[in-house]
Amino acid sequence: MTDPICIEAIHLDKRYALGSGTLKALDQVDLSIAKGEFAGVVGPSGSGKTTLLNIIGSLDAPSGGSIRVLGTDIASLSHREAARLRNLHIGFIFQTFNLLPVYTVYENVEFPLLLRRMEAGRRKKLVMEALEWVGLADRADSKPAQLSGGQSQRVAIARAVVKQPEIVLADEPTANLDAENSHHVMRTMVQLNRDLNATFVFATHDEKVIGYLRRKITLVDGTIAADERS
Amino acid sequence: MLLPTLALRNLLGAGLRTWLNVVSLSFSFVAIIFLQGMYDGMNEQAVHASVGALYGGGQYWHERYDPYDPLTLPDAHGPLPASLESLIRARQATPILIRQASIYPGGRFRSILLKGIAPDQGILTIPAAALQGGDGTIPALIGARMARNSGLKPGDAVTVQWRDVHGTFDAADVTIARVMRTTVQEIDNDQIWIPLEQLRRITDMPGQASLVVLRPGARAGGTVAGWTFKDRSYLLRDIRTLIRYKSVGGSVLYLVLLFLAMLAIFDTQVLSVFRRRREIGTLMALGMTRTRVIGLFTLEGALHGALAALLAAAYGIPLLVWVAVHGYGVPQGTDSFGLAIGERIFPVYSAALVGGTTLLVLLVTTVVSFLPTRRIAQLKPTDALRGRMS
Repeated sequence: MTDPICIEAIHLDKRYALGSGTLKALDQVDLSIAKGEFAGVVGPSGSGKTTLLNIIGSLDAPSGGSIRVLGTDIASLSHREAARLRNLHIGFIFQTFNLLPVYTVYENVEFPLLLRRMEAGRRKKLVMEALEWVGLADRADSKPAQLSGGQSQRVAIARAVVKQPEIVLADEPTANLDAENSHHVMRTMVQLNRDLNATFVFATHDEKVIGYLRRKITLVDGTIAADERS
Repeated sequence: MLLPTLALRNLLGAGLRTWLNVVSLSFSFVAIIFLQGMYDGMNEQAVHASVGALYGGGQYWHERYDPYDPLTLPDAHGPLPASLESLIRARQATPILIRQASIYPGGRFRSILLKGIAPDQGILTIPAAALQGGDGTIPALIGARMARNSGLKPGDAVTVQWRDVHGTFDAADVTIARVMRTTVQEIDNDQIWIPLEQLRRITDMPGQASLVVLRPGARAGGTVAGWTFKDRSYLLRDIRTLIRYKSVGGSVLYLVLLFLAMLAIFDTQVLSVFRRRREIGTLMALGMTRTRVIGLFTLEGALHGALAALLAAAYGIPLLVWVAVHGYGVPQGTDSFGLAIGERIFPVYSAALVGGTTLLVLLVTTVVSFLPTRRIAQLKPTDALRGRMS
């Protein structure tokens, strides 16, 4: 029996106004990703990887076609509904980590749970659990400025997975990391994918990341050029 | 409680930037309250001094008496009616007779008002007791301004010329018995106080007066024929009008201080929204709605006001209380203010002033904090995450 479809895009278009003309970032993209996949959208810069991830994550709206995430039509969502979808079901990992600078590691990871108004005791348990997963429980009181790049990205991973989302979107998660930290981070995510059965979707052109992917979707000029599974 | 918790966390986490704003805003808090308190204290002092030295609990004016029209003065006198006499006998009122006169200090001519007051009166704070006695000449009491302007000092004799009730000129020397220091110019400038009975005698106006000052709470029953009652609020209306005009000037200063403080908050907020674009994008990606992000940033700005109020209370209350107890020395030359101001002003901080200022500053801080955050409403999460403004 196959896993249920988690993300489904049909003839997905995204155009941006550029001067007097338009730029097609995504062009008739058809894609479906099942629950629990460890997939990556790969391709050169400007191929539309980040745009696709942003639309999946309801941070952006498509210009044409349709995209359903966990059964929800992204185009039909209001700002409030999109925010709710992100808070409840989607975790984000960014290239630049995007940790909140004045918060401690603990507070950064706790943040998505605060937005859910989760009770303090349960919140603490989940935060410490997530920090254990990424091996940073002992740095809970540190500020982001006191962490290395690899540690910062692991905190970002803990923040993305602490709410145990169905989907984790990672945009160039190793771009600012050295080789050792890149492998460490990727191994952490492989482990979490296995343990949590969350769907991981990457946008990357980093060969080190590509090596870990079980599915590689190649995007060129906004269209899917190849879709390979290993 | 989520937004307040996060806002406080962000604010405290911002460290020095927050405290610079809070400290400068707290200065504005204290300065606004101090300056308004000084104004209120000055005004209260002026009213209190004027009531004590001049107006008492109200006055009965002879029907022809008009202090704003000097031409009425020659006829503004009359015998005291029985109802006022009985108040005077009961020491509930004191009569004052006012005549125009001239003096020649150092050979120069000077127009003055000659005022008669009972030396044993106990209603006004004028030191009339100094008019008791006198060794053959008429004892006189003048104010410090009058002494300065005319060059007179205690013990000096000066010739006074007046007209009696029949219009006949007469003259005599008066001896300065005392120079009184008073903040009330209306009992000082260009006037000489002498014993009432002596003024009545030299002007041939026995038992007459121009006005009668009442002790607070005293009042003649019914209307008094030929005399008009002027209550305290009528008598103080000029001072109150002056205070009103002065408080407009005070409000301008108040607004300038408030404006400067708000400019700092506005500037911080504009910078904050601009500098924290990526953070705003992250908050949205983590599931915060735009409305909540705007609420968070607005609250952060508004909390500057709340923290400033706490800080201002910490050092401002002891400071302001100290000034209220010990007063604030006023430099010489403050007479030009036109109010009865003492050598020290004791500020008055009413609950309305402190509460009103606090509420106003908090309200304006909140509004000023909100305005720049409206940019967030137009901000796309994807642009914010890239550190761009939409």
